[in-house]
Amino acid sequence: MKALNIIETGYRATLEEQDDPGVWLSYTLKAAGGDVDVLLRGNAVNYAVQGQDSAGLQYGTWQQTQPPRLAENIASMTSKGMTVFIVSEDLQERGLRGVPLVEGLTPVARSELAHLFGRYDQVWHW
Amino acid sequence: MADKKTLTFALMDPPYENARSTTALRLIHIAAKRGYDINVFAYEGSVYLAFAKQKPHPNAMHGRNIEEENHVLTKDLVSSLMEETKRNGSKFDWVNCGLCVDERGATEAVEGVRRGSPGDFLKMAEASDNTLVIGTRG
Repeated sequence: MKALNIIETGYRATLEEQDDPGVWLSYTLKAAGGDVDVLLRGNAVNYAVQGQDSAGLQYGTWQQTQPPRLAENIASMTSKGMTVFIVSEDLQERGLRGVPLVEGLTPVARSELAHLFGRYDQVWHW
Repeated sequence: MADKKTLTFALMDPPYENARSTTALRLIHIAAKRGYDINVFAYEGSVYLAFAKQKPHPNAMHGRNIEEENHVLTKDLVSSLMEETKRNGSKFDWVNCGLCVDERGATEAVEGVRRGSPGDFLKMAEASDNTLVIGTRG
């Protein structure tokens, strides 16, 4: 079974989880033997932007020593053989054209999404 | 049901926050009524849907005591859905994501709920006719 995980909500609990729950799940499903790819759309396209740094968060004396590293998480998925699609128009609308992104992403136009979904047995929208 | 079908639901929202949780449980109810075998993978805050320590409360605004109020506890809905599927001769498998349980301290779940991992979700989805993910929306 080939599944596509669509991740659309950006920065959902990333400070508490120290990653994104949809990204983490995708990676973990792949590690468990699943045939899973990912589509970043909406605000989640920002996960692919290099140079993000959320270090330094502090509450009282508690300091976060392991901040989320979302771009690295995305890169680790592509290096594991997962295809990570990213919606081109969503990048454009957020002014992210030309901004350095992690390598190995597969851009896809909104008009191509229906065909893309048809290539998967199941499509999960997180 | 000659051609019994299996549906998997992946949930993400905690109870008492928005309508997605009760809508998800309504969809599961319909599937149970129709005799489907049902799998649920409770991810993130949705592990609290089956939290055994939920307690009802009276409601002064409604002018009702605890018995009259008959407060909705999602743990009871989960148990009731399990009973419904059993009555129909169907299977019901509810898996709480173990790491999600640990980080929330939601270790006590109603009977019939088991602890698992994304690997269980993968097996559920692979063995299902279809899977519906109802994720949290920001």
